[in-house]
Amino acid sequence: MSDVRIMTGNQAAAYGVKLCKVQVVSAYPITPSTSVTETIANWVERGELKAEYVRVESEHSVMTVCVAASTVGARTFTSTSSHGLLYMHEQLHWAAGSRLPIVLACVNRGVGAPWSIFNDQQDSIAQRDTGWIQIYCRDNQEIIDTVIQAYRIAEQVYCPVMVCYDGFVLSHTMMPVEIPDADKVGEFLPPYKPHTILSPEDPRNINPVIFPWQRRDAEGVLRDGYMDMRWKLQHALEGSRNVIVEVCREYAERFGRDHGGMLWTYKADDAEVLLAGMGSIATEATTAADLLREGGIRAGVVGVRVYRPFPRAEVREAFHKAPAIVVFEKDISYGYEGALSADIKAALYGTGIQTPVHNYIAGLGGRDVKANELAEAVRSSLAAIAGGNREQQTWLNCVTEL
Amino acid sequence: MEPKDDNISAMCKPAVGEAGKTGDWRDLTPVIDHAKCIASVKNRPACYLCWLYCPDGIVSAGIPVKIDLDYCKGCGICAEECPAKAITMAVNEEVKK
Repeated sequence: MSDVRIMTGNQAAAYGVKLCKVQVVSAYPITPSTSVTETIANWVERGELKAEYVRVESEHSVMTVCVAASTVGARTFTSTSSHGLLYMHEQLHWAAGSRLPIVLACVNRGVGAPWSIFNDQQDSIAQRDTGWIQIYCRDNQEIIDTVIQAYRIAEQVYCPVMVCYDGFVLSHTMMPVEIPDADKVGEFLPPYKPHTILSPEDPRNINPVIFPWQRRDAEGVLRDGYMDMRWKLQHALEGSRNVIVEVCREYAERFGRDHGGMLWTYKADDAEVLLAGMGSIATEATTAADLLREGGIRAGVVGVRVYRPFPRAEVREAFHKAPAIVVFEKDISYGYEGALSADIKAALYGTGIQTPVHNYIAGLGGRDVKANELAEAVRSSLAAIAGGNREQQTWLNCVTEL
Repeated sequence: MEPKDDNISAMCKPAVGEAGKTGDWRDLTPVIDHAKCIASVKNRPACYLCWLYCPDGIVSAGIPVKIDLDYCKGCGICAEECPAKAITMAVNEEVKK
């Protein structure tokens, strides 16, 4: 018996949190993420979710609450956007460095200055190097399913997970969403076991000063230095790929929905050009691919679902046959190019894949991106590639003359 | 085989010497003149403000008062607080352990 309801992306995220029986939620409201924790706060107040809802004065404090609660063994959640996420930045490092399986819903929004409340992915891309796993969702069903998967992944590899989805495009758009059965979610997601048990009988200093070198503790055990500890985090993220893929596969078996593990493809097998993107712009690209195919161009799409850890092997596999790659993304690494484009090119290095890669920066601060505009961009890129232009950066629908 | 550090985040158990012999951080060394120390002079438990104020907890409240120079970082708070002026901070004092 399926329970399908019409809901926004933010409600979908909240339902995922409820199904995971999250014990501590802390949040500070910010558009467009506010209604995630607003919905949860309502459930907590009515007694429908037995959780502690901690109100604080800033997002920085939000993440410290999550860090503390997760350290003592509570399953924790928060959501935020844009400047809220940036304000958390320092504590995001602390959460990852402390190896805490916190799940955060990042409702993607542009970053000031100047002010914008509208969608792009600059906020979460700017947190790329904090040691968090980042998963980008393409629709509301994927949001609820990914929140549930995120706790399984996080609590298995002891790394925090950021579930990212586009503000307004998904957060405030209603779609039919199947709510998984609570008992089945309980079977899928075992209780959280913290990696270290804190108790008065066995006191510990958590995160003391750690030196550049290894050193012996009072019991004579050789303890890690800073760099050894950092390597463990890198090793955990690299190793989380297998866990992410396995969790996604098991989820598909139990719940009948497979969102693609590290990445997903659409009509990619015979494609003469592959469109790539993350989140809702990749969904838009599938419509563009259909338009292109109607016009006789065999286009396909690669949607990068997990951005960190980066799906190196899957990207190589997905692009190895394509004669042309066009990357659409809602972020810019100022002074270089789009972050996804740079990472895709880096993954292809040394493989012998010599495919031209064109990069479109699109939809910053909510600027509209239509499927036919993506299709037109691909057509112009194919013409440029035919003319020998192997690398190109274009700002779509943007005034680029001074 | 040598036990490996199996912690995935940095932590330690509170223990004497957990951070090594921190006394070697010291520039100035406290020297107690027991002829002035109130506890020694009165020969009974008294004063012990040095014990109370020491931020590292390495002053023992006996007669005479002792400072554990393995861990004393030489901050000088004991000398500052001593009402009898019995403690002086010696420069480059070669310490009798």
